[in-house]
Amino acid sequence: MLRILCFVVAAVVSSITFADVSAVYGFDDRSEEQRYQNLIAELRCPKCQNQNIADSNSPISKDMRNAVYQMMLEGASDQEIVDSLVGRFGEFVKYKPDLDSRTFMLWATPAIAVLGGLIVVAGIVVRSRRTGTAAPTLSAEEQARIDKMLAEKNRNGSA
Amino acid sequence: MKRFLLFLPLLAAIIVGVVLFAGIGKDPTKLDSALIGKPVPAFSLRDLKQPETTLDEAVFRGEITLLNVWGTWCPSCRDEHDDLMWLAREKKVSIIGLNYKDNRDDALVWLDRLGDPYSKVIYDPKGTLGFDLGVYGAPETFVIDASGVVRYRHVGVVNGDVWERVLMPVINDARENG
Repeated sequence: MLRILCFVVAAVVSSITFADVSAVYGFDDRSEEQRYQNLIAELRCPKCQNQNIADSNSPISKDMRNAVYQMMLEGASDQEIVDSLVGRFGEFVKYKPDLDSRTFMLWATPAIAVLGGLIVVAGIVVRSRRTGTAAPTLSAEEQARIDKMLAEKNRNGSA
Repeated sequence: MKRFLLFLPLLAAIIVGVVLFAGIGKDPTKLDSALIGKPVPAFSLRDLKQPETTLDEAVFRGEITLLNVWGTWCPSCRDEHDDLMWLAREKKVSIIGLNYKDNRDDALVWLDRLGDPYSKVIYDPKGTLGFDLGVYGAPETFVIDASGVVRYRHVGVVNGDVWERVLMPVINDARENG
């Protein structure tokens, strides 16, 4: 019960902040508003560096949201809007940088890590299979000892 | 082969160590300006000290200037003010102020009380020129060469040390490669 209550309170509170941000700007239709929300979610605040401009309350984020809105009213494409902000604040404001020689490692690292992990797993599997098929061989003496022990165990068990 | 595998963790630790070590001392809040090598954006704003006069990007032509972004609401600007006075007076540096998101009366009282290191002050109450310059927090100081091209941007307080280490070399370079 308490858990549900917490969830409801959290949902209500978060919808208030959402309404606060979107209430400033009016949009003719739903898709434009969605476009605006996507844009401000992908742009990073240069002042408070771990927030996007949708989340951030800093004055510069407010200015950037305003600029995005104004440019949308003037009919700019997403690319034009992002480029214009990058031209002012630098590549930094994009949460998804373009793939080029500088950002190659950034994009490739996850793939390299996954590939490396697969190679290690494959190596372990192959090796365990190879050692698993070769059954340990026992000398005649050891075999005799095991036979004796098993026979003893059977006798005890049946008794 | 097995022995080599034993060294893998060490190798991984060394690589991670080198990468992390390279990041020590780097301040992530200091970003390079996107405008370096580009002319100062076009603007048309009032002069703070002479409200009837309009200033535009032509004020940066002719000599190397510092463009200092400040506001009376900004505590660090108070901190660097005396150093700006020193630069203007002792080093004969031409400094143009950009009064950013401020109001005229407060700004004039500030200059009257603390001294005025600026040859001109651009009055930008809405922060439009600041936005075009990519200003994300005052104080910021731009080095602008004689043809009005941005050479460098310093984020944070200017003091004697920053002048010696950072700004003066940029200015000297701009002077030589005019």
